[in-house]
Amino acid sequence: AMDTDLSSQDRKDLDKFIKFFALKTVQVIVQARLGEKICTRSSSSPTGSDWFNLAIKDIPEVTHEAKKALAGQLPAVGRSMCVEISLKTSEGDSMELEIWCLEMNEKCDKEIKVSYTVYNRLSLLLKSLLAITRVTPAYRLSRKQGHEYVILYRIYFGEVQLSGLGEGFQTVRVGTVGTPVGTITLSCAYRINLAFMSTRQFERTPPIMGIIIDHFVDRPYPSSSPMHPCNYRAGEDNGAVYPSVEDSQEVCTTSFSTSPPSQCVFTVTKAHFQTPPPVVTDTLKVPVLGLAFSHQLSSSRLSYQPAALGVGSADMGYPVLFAGGLNAAHPHQLIGPGKEGGVPPVPSQPAHGTQADQERMCTPLDGVHYSAATPSSSEDTETVSNSSEGKCSSPHDLLETIFIRKVGAFVNKPINQVTMANLDIPFAMFAPKNVELEDNDPMVNPPESPETESPLQGSLHSEGSSGSSTGNTHDDFVMIDFKPAFSKDDILPMDLGTFYREFQNPPQLSSLSIDIGAQSMAEDLDSLPEKLAVHEKNVKEFDAFVETLQ
Amino acid sequence: PLSSRCCARPGAAPAMNCRAEVLEVSVEGRQVEEAMLAVLHTVLLHRSTGKFHYKKEGTYSIGTVGTQDVDCDFIDFAYVRVSSEELDRALRKAVGEFKDALRSSGSDGMGQISLEFYQKKKSRWPFSDECIPWELWTIKVNVVNLANEQERQICREKVGEKLCEKIINIVEVMNRHEYLPKMPTQSEVDNVFDTSLKDVQPYLYKISYQITDSLGTSVTTTMRRLIKDTLAL
Repeated sequence: AMDTDLSSQDRKDLDKFIKFFALKTVQVIVQARLGEKICTRSSSSPTGSDWFNLAIKDIPEVTHEAKKALAGQLPAVGRSMCVEISLKTSEGDSMELEIWCLEMNEKCDKEIKVSYTVYNRLSLLLKSLLAITRVTPAYRLSRKQGHEYVILYRIYFGEVQLSGLGEGFQTVRVGTVGTPVGTITLSCAYRINLAFMSTRQFERTPPIMGIIIDHFVDRPYPSSSPMHPCNYRAGEDNGAVYPSVEDSQEVCTTSFSTSPPSQCVFTVTKAHFQTPPPVVTDTLKVPVLGLAFSHQLSSSRLSYQPAALGVGSADMGYPVLFAGGLNAAHPHQLIGPGKEGGVPPVPSQPAHGTQADQERMCTPLDGVHYSAATPSSSEDTETVSNSSEGKCSSPHDLLETIFIRKVGAFVNKPINQVTMANLDIPFAMFAPKNVELEDNDPMVNPPESPETESPLQGSLHSEGSSGSSTGNTHDDFVMIDFKPAFSKDDILPMDLGTFYREFQNPPQLSSLSIDIGAQSMAEDLDSLPEKLAVHEKNVKEFDAFVETLQ
Repeated sequence: PLSSRCCARPGAAPAMNCRAEVLEVSVEGRQVEEAMLAVLHTVLLHRSTGKFHYKKEGTYSIGTVGTQDVDCDFIDFAYVRVSSEELDRALRKAVGEFKDALRSSGSDGMGQISLEFYQKKKSRWPFSDECIPWELWTIKVNVVNLANEQERQICREKVGEKLCEKIINIVEVMNRHEYLPKMPTQSEVDNVFDTSLKDVQPYLYKISYQITDSLGTSVTTTMRRLIKDTLAL
């Protein structure tokens, strides 16, 4: 493609847009296969680092893999960037589910404005990608991963390889954007056999995979790049440190011009961020809104399995820390409800147990950040996170302060002593009791188990214990004073049992007694024809009235 | 009409160069809200930008749009929406009214909800501003009644699959890169975008709905017949 018509500045901008578009595309796809609900916050003030004006988090490992695959090149004709999504059972069998392809063809659009139209259309394309990643069959599978299987991703650059998808695979086009150097196209080819396999079926009988025999042959193409689980654990890989994304990242401060309307000025500046080492998460909101979870829990249909407690090779460790590289302007990258399940034993060191060095296991992104689960709490989580932001501690400590969610109203005891009462969330007064009770109940928290101290814990502890509404946080034994919300009554205090017995046999309603009922019914019936006649007469009025409502 | 910004009568035919898309879904009563929200949110995801901040010399910067996943309770389906509580509330209100209207119209349960994007064109006094629609999405809804739990379960899955198709259709339309209003200057921005929300900026839109019964007759006839029928003994 001839690009002599393109100014060098435009060319540079275009290359940059394509590069970051490719990186964001990978992020969206992998994040959509993590098995979690993704939530990011809108921000009315531009922060300068949100490419394409969209809040898409950057998982450093994923960016690292993408950059490795691209090796400094950009998608071009014959050189496509592909993200392969596959499924691997706990027995080690794997199957390709989808191939997402970012391709470039030769059809150029010379007239299009790079800094403006192309940029906005790339933004639109990312939005389409967000939408489409939720509608292919692999999405539902990935939401149920963890116990029987995990979802892995692999990025490669070069020729698209679709043969692993089996026969009759389908393609969905996400969209295209024309540029002066070619047309960018984004599409997904996905296996359809699974479309007929409901995920329930799959969970119940793992051997069903064996029926589709041809999928379990050795991979025809030896992986030129290793497979990765969509989830990952920081602190793994012998302390491999990923360069934080922003180190050499160029930041785009988007500035558009409307004067004169036909011209657009786009300024891009380079900025270097000073970021903490990758291990630290920037938003360790440990005082998890336990109540918010319960709320999410009850409305979520999805059942997750406990984070792989010893499921063979799928030894999922925890918690996933979204390590570094994120600047403080984005404190609200929420990863939605994590997996329900039993309390995993808090590891004293980061859990290992992956099969290959490269194969970081998919772990559920257990609740590192929670915010905005309920509308009114979104503001409040800010205050809570302040104490933890920027604190850097070893992976061990961080792991232990992660709050793991659990099914049920009595949420898992947080390791730190935060109570709900001091958090300004709705129904806060109903929540803390459960949390505190668990803390003090020796059955749940045997006094002899030591609580490890970490700087994070310490600060959170002090946050939590101030403003605690009930004073009984330090008794060893606690009488469980069951105060269900509905029977709360200051005027007539009674316990649940009494309440129930008392209202179990209410008196009959008078209108239901036969005599009175029959009489008024007869009267009503008699007067009906009259009433109807009146209404019929006034039909025109009614019609006119209804017209005015339309 | 749920937004009285414009003078155009709801249900009026769109202007000549207004692109119109129609989607049809058959759902169970309790699935109406989620299905409508899924479609409306998907459209608005593509038709919302970050807040504009105008600076001197006619330049402007754009805020950031966050997104979040929404799981449906009555449909095996999940979708992505813009992270804006205000926008979500507005859509829920509209869809709630539509659902109530559908319900009270009787057992036939057919109707349609429309999402129209328009531009305002200022007119001189004494003429009021013109609203010029440039994109109209219509979702035709047919409410079905199911007999038992097994049918309901199948419906959950089927409607989920249908909605996946609808999302793909919507994305196809969006990808055509057809007419979009030109980016406005500061003085014109309220003629193109809804700037009333604090965190995102959708194009100016309005939502309206119509209920029809199976014979296609108007609401009045239906109501009259309904009153008569229930009282007939």
